[in-house]
Amino acid sequence: MTTTKAEWPLWEVFVRSKSGLDHKHCGSLHAADPKMALQMARDVYTRRQEGTSVWVVRSDQIVASDPGDKDMYFDPAEDKVYRHPTFYKLPDAVDHM
Amino acid sequence: MQGSISLGNDPKFQYLLRIGDTTLVLGQRIAEWCGHAPVLEEDIALANMALDLIGQARAVLTHAGAVDGRGHDEDQLAFLRAERDYRNVTLAELPRGDFAFTVVRNTIVATFLKLLWEKLADSSDAELAAIAGKAVKEARYHQQHAADWVARLGDGTDESRRRTESALATAWLYTPELFAADAVDEAARASGLGPRWSELKDAWLAEMTEILAEGGLAVPGEQSFVSTGKQGVHTEHMGHMLSEMQHLQRAFPGGAW
Amino acid sequence: MYTQAMDTMPRDADGPKPLRSAEEQVLQERFDARIDNGDFIEAKDWMPEHYRKTLVRQISQHAHSEIVGMLPEGNWITRAPTLKRKAILLAKVQDEGGHGLYLYSAAETLGTSRDQLLDALHTGKAKYSSIFNYPTLTWADIGTIGWLVDGAAIMNQVPICRCSYGPYARAMIRICREESFHQRQGYDSLLVMMQKGTPEQKAMVQDAVNRWWWPCLMMFGPPDDQSPNSAQSMRWGIKRISNDELRQKFVDATVEQARVLGVTLPDPQIRWNEERQHYDFGTIDWSEFWRVVGGNGPCNRERLATRVKAWDDGAWVREAALAHAEKQRTQAKAA
Repeated sequence: MTTTKAEWPLWEVFVRSKSGLDHKHCGSLHAADPKMALQMARDVYTRRQEGTSVWVVRSDQIVASDPGDKDMYFDPAEDKVYRHPTFYKLPDAVDHM
Repeated sequence: MQGSISLGNDPKFQYLLRIGDTTLVLGQRIAEWCGHAPVLEEDIALANMALDLIGQARAVLTHAGAVDGRGHDEDQLAFLRAERDYRNVTLAELPRGDFAFTVVRNTIVATFLKLLWEKLADSSDAELAAIAGKAVKEARYHQQHAADWVARLGDGTDESRRRTESALATAWLYTPELFAADAVDEAARASGLGPRWSELKDAWLAEMTEILAEGGLAVPGEQSFVSTGKQGVHTEHMGHMLSEMQHLQRAFPGGAW
Repeated sequence: MYTQAMDTMPRDADGPKPLRSAEEQVLQERFDARIDNGDFIEAKDWMPEHYRKTLVRQISQHAHSEIVGMLPEGNWITRAPTLKRKAILLAKVQDEGGHGLYLYSAAETLGTSRDQLLDALHTGKAKYSSIFNYPTLTWADIGTIGWLVDGAAIMNQVPICRCSYGPYARAMIRICREESFHQRQGYDSLLVMMQKGTPEQKAMVQDAVNRWWWPCLMMFGPPDDQSPNSAQSMRWGIKRISNDELRQKFVDATVEQARVLGVTLPDPQIRWNEERQHYDFGTIDWSEFWRVVGGNGPCNRERLATRVKAWDDGAWVREAALAHAEKQRTQAKAA
């Protein structure tokens, strides 16, 4: 039985495919540590093309704000990227939700 | 039923087969993980490694076939030899085992191949040097990936440590063969084709010691068993692997694929 | 299709709920307007709960299909007949793993986690495409899957590249870009055997086509009049073309391809209909479809058991990686 507590954290991946370009967000992956996240990002999102630059950031470290119609905000106080259940740290006693 | 091809005995050809067969057989073993890895990301990473190794095998075997001069291409060599004519190191043919065994074996072989490819980049054989130039980058990456896993598993949980120590004890038995000297090596050295594999031992051991230390693992002691895959005398595992790998070519003589 | 399970669920018990507040009414109207305008919805935007749940189901079932789909094809990697074919097949199966990963990643933007999705798959709650419950019995099955199964998938996937949910659309664009070689390579593998192969190889190809044709037609899901959830999905732009329309498109394209290959499709009723400007084809045995979707196809239990085993066998690895990462973090703090 797997609990969300035992899950490898989620990382967002940004790739610069060619010098002169910006890093572009291309998706996410699960990894246990930063080194693994970087290696996996290469394997999954660049198939190790030489010369590409890869950034990985833990998803829960990203502070986000969505521009656009602010009346559309579900919760203005929410500054995380996703409505991800593991982003919300609950006391152990109620962590089974 | 398609019969086996017959080959020459030229030491240059044999030296190339040792390299090509080792990458072929290891690639085959790693490919077995596809769809079964502990996590999806690792499935992709291991497949990458297998693809690199198969690519190296194709390049080396194609060249070996040309050197042997009997008109055999990469597929005839890969699929139609008798077991006794395969020259991979025994370590490569062992079953993939659990994930600990796989990463330990990958570390040992990738470290070795990296050092070998580095030397082969200066080979008097231009084709082999070109292959080596590309392969060394791949071997570096494979070594990095495998070594990181050895650290995680060696210094992870009690269970992972136990499994890694067990894997290391088994795999280490097959490492003396990597550095065992013989006439094929001597000929390669003399012609400038490539180094004696024994010359790689010190550097290999230094790197392995460092990698193992990262995982809190001790280098196993020396013992006297030397496996003989390079001479074509394999383990019981080889026959099963070849049956699987060769089956279609044997069952459809003259087939077009 | 890979998301055919959406059509095989009963009409959603927890369908759209009546809106409660005036504020929600406004949000719903704005949302509908954006959909109708062809705008993208992103992860943090307000969305009806039903939209979110439907997307999680659809995207995750698509992801599960990619992962389970690795198994019937992976079955032949170690036995591929040439090194080139071995490399191609390995690359294709690896791509499928990658596609599954992109899709899990897209699903996770909607407030679920990879482990939760995998748990749903492993316990049988979530479905995957019925086509992967059939066995790959010969090498020709591999080429046939590339030709027919990937062909069908591509037909379905291209329209979804314009679906309303941004992360899903972007994942689909990435997938479609990588997909291009899959179908071509499968067809090429069959063409070589049919044009240059031995009589035994040709017979092997024909046998594979005989076994895969009807299951491939079933991939597109039940007839439109038996697909209760399609209308809503189409409204939201997460399904763009109906099951029957896609199925017809597939038959029309494939009949010609079969002719070039020199294989006979196992349906004597296939005939060009001048009036409709489409190929007529025979009746699908829907009882087989429902049997397979319901868990009683040739390989359902095996496929799931294989995935569960890989997951269970890998538990100690995942735990070790986390334990090691924790140790590193503690050491770094202490330093």
